[in-house]
Amino acid sequence: MKKMIFVFSFILILSFSASPLWPGGNLLIKNGTILTVTKGVIPRGDVLIIGGIIKQIGENIQAPPGVQVIDASGKFVLPGIIDSHTHIALSGTNETGDVITAEVDMADVLDAEDLSIFTALSGGVTMVHTMHGSANPIGGRNVTIKLKRARPSEELVVRQAYPTLKFALGENPKQANRIGTTGPPRYPLSRMGVNAIIRRELLRARTYMSQWDRYNELRKSKNPPKTLLPPRRDLRLETLAELLRGNLVARCHTYRADETLEFINLSKEFGFKIACFEHIPEAYKIVPELVREGVGISIFLDNWAYKVEAAEGIAPMAAYCAQNGILVSINSDGAERTRRLFNDAAKAIKYGGLSEEEALKLVTLNPAIQLGVEKIAGSLEVGKHGDVAIFNEHPLSAYTRCEMTIIEGDICFDRSQYLSEREEAAKRQKEPKKG
Amino acid sequence: MKKHILILFSILLLAASLIYGQSQNEGYTAIKGAHIIPVVGEDIPVGTILIKDKLIEAVGKDIVIPASARIVDGTGLYAYPGMIDSFCFLSLSEISSIPATIDYRETGRINPQVRSVEALRPDSMHIPITRSNGITAALVVPSGGLIAGQSGLIRLTGWTPGEMVIKSPVAMHVEFPSLGRRGFQREQEPREEASKQVIELKDWLNKARFYQKRKQAAAKNMLLQMPEFDEKLEFLHPVVNGELPLMISVHADKDIRAAIKFVQEEKIKAIFFGMTQGWKVAEEIAKAGIPVVFGSLYDMPPSWEDGYDALYRNPAALQKAGVKIAFSSQSASLAKDLPYHAAKAAAFGLEKREALKAVTINPAEILGVADIMGSLEKGKLANIVLANGDILELRTTISRVFIDGQEIDFSSRYTELLDKYKPRLKQKK
Repeated sequence: MKKMIFVFSFILILSFSASPLWPGGNLLIKNGTILTVTKGVIPRGDVLIIGGIIKQIGENIQAPPGVQVIDASGKFVLPGIIDSHTHIALSGTNETGDVITAEVDMADVLDAEDLSIFTALSGGVTMVHTMHGSANPIGGRNVTIKLKRARPSEELVVRQAYPTLKFALGENPKQANRIGTTGPPRYPLSRMGVNAIIRRELLRARTYMSQWDRYNELRKSKNPPKTLLPPRRDLRLETLAELLRGNLVARCHTYRADETLEFINLSKEFGFKIACFEHIPEAYKIVPELVREGVGISIFLDNWAYKVEAAEGIAPMAAYCAQNGILVSINSDGAERTRRLFNDAAKAIKYGGLSEEEALKLVTLNPAIQLGVEKIAGSLEVGKHGDVAIFNEHPLSAYTRCEMTIIEGDICFDRSQYLSEREEAAKRQKEPKKG
Repeated sequence: MKKHILILFSILLLAASLIYGQSQNEGYTAIKGAHIIPVVGEDIPVGTILIKDKLIEAVGKDIVIPASARIVDGTGLYAYPGMIDSFCFLSLSEISSIPATIDYRETGRINPQVRSVEALRPDSMHIPITRSNGITAALVVPSGGLIAGQSGLIRLTGWTPGEMVIKSPVAMHVEFPSLGRRGFQREQEPREEASKQVIELKDWLNKARFYQKRKQAAAKNMLLQMPEFDEKLEFLHPVVNGELPLMISVHADKDIRAAIKFVQEEKIKAIFFGMTQGWKVAEEIAKAGIPVVFGSLYDMPPSWEDGYDALYRNPAALQKAGVKIAFSSQSASLAKDLPYHAAKAAAFGLEKREALKAVTINPAEILGVADIMGSLEKGKLANIVLANGDILELRTTISRVFIDGQEIDFSSRYTELLDKYKPRLKQKK
């Protein structure tokens, strides 16, 4: 009987832990200027979120009983900003112990306590693709997370997003800017070597796959040989096999136009999919090729000239590429820029004349498409997740400020609450200590 | 006969010089019909700016335009004074990771003898991009060590370094030793070591004073020995004499207090730079009357306890306490973003007009050039920006820029590269 109770309670615990720990909030945002991004602007509208999902967008929506109402009068309501390429909320970025490290997974080193999550939220960011660094030609798996502050790290992961693998070309993997430092040189030291080492590993993966195929075939045969042994498992090559099978997509850090074209050639040689090119300051040089391949780009708006391969990355590129049929997103690459991505988006109006809606897409819908989450995020539409940012002025104004960030109907950043808490804390500090 | 040839030659020379003069765009230019924001004085909803040669001849509603004037139609545009970047590396840095292209940092700790304007590269690719965004002058600064060297103010046009320099030196640059916690990312400097460095700094100033006295005494009295020539002390003279301000990079509140004490004890002119925790000691800075130049606001807060918006609200706190403030890009490749640092501060409590002043008239006053720039007023250099809106706003397009009365061309690395690759779109597959 005791055993029965134990088993029963065990099942009970298990079933509880299987239920969602983040049930999603209920909120009604009232009377804001609603920038839906995909369905125009509602000058004075409401957004109703129930159970974390947008249930209704329109005018004069009545709050169901018990639903908290946020007054957004005079404010701007937009979809939560998405950062397609950053390195926040991780306790490590580069595995520099080896040149090819496909086996590492950033989901293993998620740091839900990282204060950068809060800073990103303070800039209206709700979702980020947080990635392995660019030290290695093949880095590791990246992970897409929602910035649900103060939640366990497993809950942050966005399961709907593409599983992605980081590649890197050019100066970083060839260690161009470390010449003269101590330690023996590491292969590769040139763009030739970077390409060759990627090809080598993919050929290895192919061989590995065929070894397993042969083994499985023999094992299933009527009379498997008695000496049949499985091939040695190799986690590095298994990741690459997943890429070759199409279960993983490549996100490739690249700067120069020429090296980008070589990587496209590699993807054809091996038949894997490139989800997006990262940084790619010379994308404007190869617009026809990028359009033909249908590969998007995730770029800095104007950060440039910090190394030789970044010295031709020009600010008008975002608008130019977007206007000519490339899916463009603007990324931060780090904790500081992520909180002002909306400022970078506005610059695409200045440099190249994008419309306001197209400019906003650079940090909302376009990154969502690049991450494969456009069905749940990237715009304010009924049925999508209630991931919302509220700004005091138009988000593309230089004078704007994020007031509130909401993820799945729960308020994750509230500037007015933050300020009153800070005031309280300051008062407490000033009070003389008793005793 | 010889005389005749000489006369003829003189006439030719005169004619040539006249033609040359005209091709240099001398004479009158009138910007008509713009909404003028002179920064000093009232805005003029529809007015005229009359330029004669390099200078502003008149600004107002009813200005008589000479018949010979070249007319610039400013209808529907806003006219502002050119912006001034109060701390940057323009013309001293091309590609930040490539030491061969970096000239703002000298080795060693005590370098009062180096002058930033002697390393200027007029062909820097960052200059056309910066001026195309309405920035017409910049303080280019040396950096690193304890005493980094002398900065100079440059105009963002010119074929040679000489043509670019407006004023040099403007300040002597000092990195104030950090007594307290400097920032969550940086290593903490031991307190004792920092105190030693403050003493060292004071020592240098004292040595400079003594050196000068000995020199003066020896000049009067042949029997006294001249001191051995000392390059470093020579260039500290204007500082200890109160002629050249020290621009002191200082961040933490404790350090700012120490720096105020240092300035007062040494009786020198000073400008503070950086000041990320200035808001904690705003009253004291205001009382000391020391102006402040902020570094880039594109940074994380110096400590998490300061709050996520510490850098953004810092300028408003200082300005409201009565401190004279100016913004800077603290960059070369992104010097063009100067107006957006000001706008960011405006998003967090600084009045918009104060933000504008902090990139125009305030820097002119702080850098000692308010008599020639910083506002649209008669007699000042014709550094004028025409835009279709607020120049601190990201979505605004800058229409035309004049530096010293000359209209500048907007071609830059951006336009050159884009123009080069645009034809590819029409290329047949």
